[in-house]
Amino acid sequence: MTTSQTPVLECKDVSISYYTRAGAVPAVYDFNLTVMPGEAVGIVGESGCGKSTVALAIMQYMGRNGAITGGEIRFMGRDMRTMSQEELRKIRGSQISMVYQEPMASLNPSLLIRTQLTEVLVIHEGISEDAAFKRAVEVLDAVRLPDPNRIMNSYPHQLSGGQQQRVVIAMALLSNPKLLLLDEPTTALDVTVEAGVVELIKDISQRFGTSMIYISHNLGLILETCDRICVMYSGQAVEVGNVKQVFDHMRHPYTRGLFSSIPLPGADRFSHPLVPIRGQLPLPRDRPKGCTFGPRCDFFQAGRCDDPVPMLDIKGDPGHEARCVRYDEIDWKKYRPKGLEAEPIVPGPPVLQIRNMKKYYEIRDNSIAAMISGTKSRFVKANEKLDFEAREGETVAIVGESGCGKSTLAKVLMGLEESTGGEVLVNGLEVGHMPVRKRPAGLISSLQIVFQNPFETLNPSHSVGAQISRVLRKFGVAKDRDEAERKTYELLDMVKLPREFAQRKPRQLSGGQKQRIGIARAFGGEAAVVIADEPVSALDVSVQAAVTGLLTDIQRKKRTTLVFISHDLSVVRYLADRIVVMYLGHIMEQGTTDEVFSPPYHPYTEALLSAVPIADTSVTKKHIVLKGELPSPMNPPPGCPFQTRCPRKIGAICETEMPPNKDMGNGHMIMCHLPDDVLRSMEPVIKVGRHDPDDTTPAAEMTAKH
Amino acid sequence: MTVTSAPATEMPRRRHPLIRFFKSLALLRESYVGMLGAFLVLFWIAMALGADLMPLRDPLAQSAPDLLKPALSASPDGGTYWLGTDDKGRDILSRLIYGSRLVLFWSILATVVAYAVGMLLGVMAGYRGGWWDEIISFFGNVLLSFPQMVLYLVILSNFGPNSDVGRYLGSALGISGTVVSGIIIIFAITFSVAPQVARIVRGLVLDLKTRDYIAAAEVRGEKPLYIMLVELLPNARGPLIVDACLRIGYVIIAIAVLGFLSLGLPPPDPDWGKMIAEVRGFGSIAGNAMLWPAIAISSLVFGLNLLADGLREISLRD
Repeated sequence: MTTSQTPVLECKDVSISYYTRAGAVPAVYDFNLTVMPGEAVGIVGESGCGKSTVALAIMQYMGRNGAITGGEIRFMGRDMRTMSQEELRKIRGSQISMVYQEPMASLNPSLLIRTQLTEVLVIHEGISEDAAFKRAVEVLDAVRLPDPNRIMNSYPHQLSGGQQQRVVIAMALLSNPKLLLLDEPTTALDVTVEAGVVELIKDISQRFGTSMIYISHNLGLILETCDRICVMYSGQAVEVGNVKQVFDHMRHPYTRGLFSSIPLPGADRFSHPLVPIRGQLPLPRDRPKGCTFGPRCDFFQAGRCDDPVPMLDIKGDPGHEARCVRYDEIDWKKYRPKGLEAEPIVPGPPVLQIRNMKKYYEIRDNSIAAMISGTKSRFVKANEKLDFEAREGETVAIVGESGCGKSTLAKVLMGLEESTGGEVLVNGLEVGHMPVRKRPAGLISSLQIVFQNPFETLNPSHSVGAQISRVLRKFGVAKDRDEAERKTYELLDMVKLPREFAQRKPRQLSGGQKQRIGIARAFGGEAAVVIADEPVSALDVSVQAAVTGLLTDIQRKKRTTLVFISHDLSVVRYLADRIVVMYLGHIMEQGTTDEVFSPPYHPYTEALLSAVPIADTSVTKKHIVLKGELPSPMNPPPGCPFQTRCPRKIGAICETEMPPNKDMGNGHMIMCHLPDDVLRSMEPVIKVGRHDPDDTTPAAEMTAKH
Repeated sequence: MTVTSAPATEMPRRRHPLIRFFKSLALLRESYVGMLGAFLVLFWIAMALGADLMPLRDPLAQSAPDLLKPALSASPDGGTYWLGTDDKGRDILSRLIYGSRLVLFWSILATVVAYAVGMLLGVMAGYRGGWWDEIISFFGNVLLSFPQMVLYLVILSNFGPNSDVGRYLGSALGISGTVVSGIIIIFAITFSVAPQVARIVRGLVLDLKTRDYIAAAEVRGEKPLYIMLVELLPNARGPLIVDACLRIGYVIIAIAVLGFLSLGLPPPDPDWGKMIAEVRGFGSIAGNAMLWPAIAISSLVFGLNLLADGLREISLRD
């Protein structure tokens, strides 16, 4: 990169405000960013930090109540604020393109893909329909969509999520834009599908020379895709630098906090507990006068940090800047914050035993065609021969992508669905055929769940206290009102929320706080088994750490069995004792956390592990990208369920016969046709270069060169 | 974040639900349309409540010499007929104000009853699904396929106070003709309004019942009735309150039309619709006597519509 080049995009001291009834709210201020040709810049930050606002400002598409109040945004050297609407319209979609988070929402459901793609070229370049069609097919091919001609003649709903997002990216690339804005492009996708799209995005900047701005909350994805990174906090950039500089020598306490709140493969919960960032992101109206991170920072110094902090160049590290006056003084090696402590637990007797459990859903087809052909009903095999157990005090994680049947399993356990066959034993009692209405009170309270979506888990009409005390009364933990009230406060103490929250309505709580109430509710009745269905996937990174920590902490104290359902392998590795990997209703592999994360692997586990983005420069991963899409559980492939995407498929046997369940020792089960010696000779997917993630000396980099 | 160990009695007091209700109503300030609507509705409520405190003539007293007087004409006792008199010499202003009592009382009561029935059926159909849904929706659709006026006419002419059933009811229960016809009107309006309400509630519930908090209630073993009444219905209240405001307006119009067709409350009660009907033969010489009740009906219905608009506006914010 030479300095003589004109930057594709230059943001200088940009400030953006939204106008609300209560007055102007500054969403972003003093924001600087330069994007050189062919460069990929990542913007990372938690929700509400202003990263999407920056993207909208670059598109000059602020809506009616937003405006750029200061600074300049230069695109190819010209200030976009001085351009007319007509000029902006020409630039949008042809010079600057944007890819949004929800692919389904970016495509018009009532138009064919071909119409939507050719339109871009016909409007911006004025070429004929035929020429546009040819170009569109080429680009669809370039984003590695199979059979572009078929896709051109499809409607969006006929494509899978991953295919849709590839079409959206193709649409953005059609007119060879100078700058591509990607706003969380893979957040809505499954991990293995995400890995494919990420690979595509990396490839684009190399092949087309397109500059990119990649907005994400996932540090691992930024590391995989970007050259430079900009960390945002509360409307400001707090640290900027190239990826290596920031990931290996982070200087801002917030960046440091972000990294210590995500589980990295080098860390386990006993030696390196996660450290959540305390407090909450300030609302734009209550930002502190000085350093915006001040109130949450352990290194806050009165007199120095309470004046506005400028962006400072890091000495001896050109291009690396941080918004911290004390960046040079903090001795991170001595800094040992109190993390979420955890001690290894000795699991007790089995509490939950699942043997050969099956759950089929019957789909009745009442159409005339079905009556004629006689196929009146089909079965969706959501769970097929599930076999595992969970012991007292143990955390068992169930991992898999959407459609793998993990939520169905939770529903059967909770009595919202009845199993079709096999046994589900809770403390020796068969519950698989017992819907919740028929369950005795003691069983109901001993089997509880923490839901996924914090915005739906609490009834918006009732106060938090009323909802907790209802559980207590219902489970007979509290006999009268006073006792219920007292125990409600105790539960609020347990989940570390102030007692005043009992009077609040759910809408007055943040997502993390709601999830804490959900946890309090689940543990209110002395549950023996708590099922957590992706309890943190909708939360911000720093909050995730706190909520996960709280959940496991309570579970350990109470010796509750935790069934943790997740798609996030890094979280699972951090907190689970045992892991069950599911794919299309089958258990592909199960074993202790160490067994599952080290070879031998099931080929699917291997691919899953390789797909997880890791925010650590010292980690080297084996590169496996699965081809194709997840098959539909309505129509599973014959033989091994994974055979359609398996990179290690050995031949016809995979397509015809269900693989055997092999014990690789110690109850480490793998369901695969691969011979034992092949399984045993697999190499680890993730290699960690250094062992102490707090040690950020350059020496760590040396060992990373595997 | 402060974790206090204060005893429960020191917790901040919960405000009375009524106070919170009025506080949230205060949000209407921000919608001019809603303010105007609230003003019109409150005006008529105040008239109905304060009728006895005002120096009004007896709304039923007939005065033979003063038939069909225009507005602002002098009365024999030295006062003024502010809005004139009707065909029997009764004071229109007084009849309008006393009439607002009848109109508001019966229309609100009818709407409340229709709503209660409709919500119950709707939440059952939506939450229970299956056969419950099939049956409730089927009968709802049957009732909705009748033209509303025909439905009213059928019910009121067969069961009204002048029918055999109505007369029997009146004598058996020892209630006046007004009450009998009020009850029958409520009955008729429930038949036509409840299916519409049920349909709205069913739609809302179909969406609400997929929320996790409903699953949470189910997995803690709550009874279906509890889930329907405590967990589901309160969350449907937003759209329902707006709809109820509009619905009261329609019911007022329906009652007025029934009064006009002499199927409503029996004479001599000053029902607004009937007031129009009584003088309609004299329209060419005394349009005045028809005008005022018409204005009363439309101002109240208009006010309710604006209020509903305002409520919808503030419910969309925040």
